[in-house]
Amino acid sequence: MDENQTNRIKQILLKIGHLVGLFIAMAIICLPGLWIVLSSLRPTVEIMAKPPVWIPESLSFDAYIAMFSGVGQGGIPVLDYFRNSIIISVTSTVIALAIGLAGGYAFARYRFRGKTAIFLGFMLTRTVPGIALSLPLFFVYAKLGMIDTHFGLILAYVALNVPFTVWLIDGFFRQVPRDLAEAAQIDGCTRWQAFWQVEFPLARSGIASAGIFAFLISWNEFALASQLTRSTNSKTLPVGLLDYTAEFTIDWRGMCALAVVMIIPALTLTFIVQKHLVSGLTSGAVKG
Amino acid sequence: MRGWKPAPHILLLLPAFVVLAAVVVVPLLLSLYSSFTPFRLTRPDSIYTFIGFRNYLRLFADQEFWVAFGRTVLLLTIALNLEMVLGLFLALLVEKATRGQRLLRTIMMFPMMFSPILVGFQFKFMFNDNIGLVNNALQSLGLTDRAIPWLIDSQLAFTSILIAEIWSSTSVFAIFILAGLMAMPKEPLEAAKVDGCTPLQSFRYVTWPFIMPFAYIAMTIRSLDIARAYDIVKIMTDGGPAKRTEILWTLISRTAYSDARMGLANAMAYVAIFLSILFTILFFRQLAKARQQIGAEW
Repeated sequence: MDENQTNRIKQILLKIGHLVGLFIAMAIICLPGLWIVLSSLRPTVEIMAKPPVWIPESLSFDAYIAMFSGVGQGGIPVLDYFRNSIIISVTSTVIALAIGLAGGYAFARYRFRGKTAIFLGFMLTRTVPGIALSLPLFFVYAKLGMIDTHFGLILAYVALNVPFTVWLIDGFFRQVPRDLAEAAQIDGCTRWQAFWQVEFPLARSGIASAGIFAFLISWNEFALASQLTRSTNSKTLPVGLLDYTAEFTIDWRGMCALAVVMIIPALTLTFIVQKHLVSGLTSGAVKG
Repeated sequence: MRGWKPAPHILLLLPAFVVLAAVVVVPLLLSLYSSFTPFRLTRPDSIYTFIGFRNYLRLFADQEFWVAFGRTVLLLTIALNLEMVLGLFLALLVEKATRGQRLLRTIMMFPMMFSPILVGFQFKFMFNDNIGLVNNALQSLGLTDRAIPWLIDSQLAFTSILIAEIWSSTSVFAIFILAGLMAMPKEPLEAAKVDGCTPLQSFRYVTWPFIMPFAYIAMTIRSLDIARAYDIVKIMTDGGPAKRTEILWTLISRTAYSDARMGLANAMAYVAIFLSILFTILFFRQLAKARQQIGAEW
C-alpha cells in the first residue's frame, strides 16, 4: 500500500470517529430532555410498566389539559404559579436591568479609584449561596411581613441579578467606541443625549440579552423561592414542581408536563440571545 | 455645599450599592450576629443571648459537619475538573464540524436552559431504580438482570448527583471554550504546522494558551453560581441515603428550617459563604493571570 492510500484511509477513519463522537455527545445532551417530553405525553400506566414499554402505544395531551383545567381536576394550581413566575421574573428583570445599565455604564466609561475592588465586591455578593442568604432574608421578611409576597421575591431577585447585569452591560459598552459619544458631544449633544441617541442604540441588543439572562435566573431560581413563598400568592413554577411529589410517590407524568411548560419560555429566549451572551461575558472579562 | 454635585459615576453606581446593601450585605451582617447566638425560630427571644463563638466551636467539633464540608469540596473539585475536560472535548468536536455548526451550537446550549431543580427531577426520574430510563435500558439490553439502586446506594447516589451536575454545566465550559476557539487567529497554527509541530504540540503550545482565559471565564461564572448544586442534591436525594450525600447546603437548610436552629445554621452558612468566596477569588486570580499572558502575546 502506498503512502497516499494509508493517509487517505487515516483521514476517513478520523472523520468517521469525529462524526461518531459528535453524535454521541449530542445524544447525551438531548436525550434527557426528549425523554421528559415523551413521558409527559404517555399515560402513567406506560411510564410505570414493567417490563418497560419502549414504543409508545398512545400519545395524548391529557396531562397538559389536566394541568391547566384547575385545581379540581389536575391537582395543582399551575395557572397561579405561572402568573406569579411571570410577574416576579419580568418585574425583577426590568429593575435589575435599569440598575445594571447605570452601573455598567459607570464601569465602562468612568475612571475612579477602587474600580476593580468595587467590581469584585459586586461579584462577591453573587457568590453567597441562595440557601445561606435565605436564612437572614427569611428572618427579616418575617419581621416585615414580606414572606409570601411578590415584592419580597422581586427584591431578592433584583439583588441576585444586579452583579451579572452590571458585568454584561459593562462588556457591551466597552465594545462601543468611546469616540462616538465624544463626537456627538462635540456636535452639540449633552452627555445624556449622546448616551441615549448614540451609545444606547449600539449596545441595545447586548443589553436585551443581559435582560434575558436575568429573566432566566429569576425564572429558574429555587433555593430562595422555596423558603420565601408559602402559598399560591407568590409560589413560582420551580416551587410548584414540588406539588407533584407526595411523601412516597411522585406523579411523574404531571411533573414532566410541568417541566415542559417551564422549559419552553427558557428555550425560546435562550435561542434568541445565544450569540450576544458569550460576547458580552468575554469582552468584559478578557479585554479588562 | 452650594453647587456641590456628586461625581456622575457615584450617582450611577448608587442604585446598585443600595440594592445590594439592603438585600445582601445587611441581612448577612444580621446573620453574622445571629451566628453568635443560640437563636431558634421557635424561641425568638434567644436572639438576644450572646454566646460568643460557641456555635463555631460546636461546628468545628462536629464530625457530621466536616464530612459534609469535605464532600462538598470533593463534589465541586471533581465536577469542575470533569466539566472543564468534557467541555474542552465538546468544543473541539463542534469546532471541527464543517456543516451545521449553528445547529450544533444551539443544541450544545440546551442544558443551560434547564433550571437546576429541573435537572434534579429529570435525573431522579431517569435514575429511578424501578421505572427509570437507565435501569430499563440496562435491563432490556441484558446488561444486568436486577434493578441497580442508583439513588439508594450511597456510592452510586454520589455518582448520580455528579453525573447530573456535569450534564447541566459542561455546556457552560464548552460554550466559552468554543468562543475562544472561534476568536483565535489561524496564522499561528499554520506557522506551527510549517515549523513541524505535531497536532498535539500545536494544541498544547498554541491553542491552549489562547483559549485558557475563556476557560477561566467559564470557571468564574460557574464558581459564582456554585451553590446551584444545592437544588440538584435537594431534589435527587435530599442528603440521603442516611446522610451519605449530605452536602454543606442541604445540611444548612435542614438545620435551619427542619431543626429551626437558626444560630447554628448561620454559623454553617458563613463557612459555606467563605468556601464560595475562596473558589471565586481563586478563579478570578487565574483569570487575571491568563489575561495578562494573552495581553503580552497580542
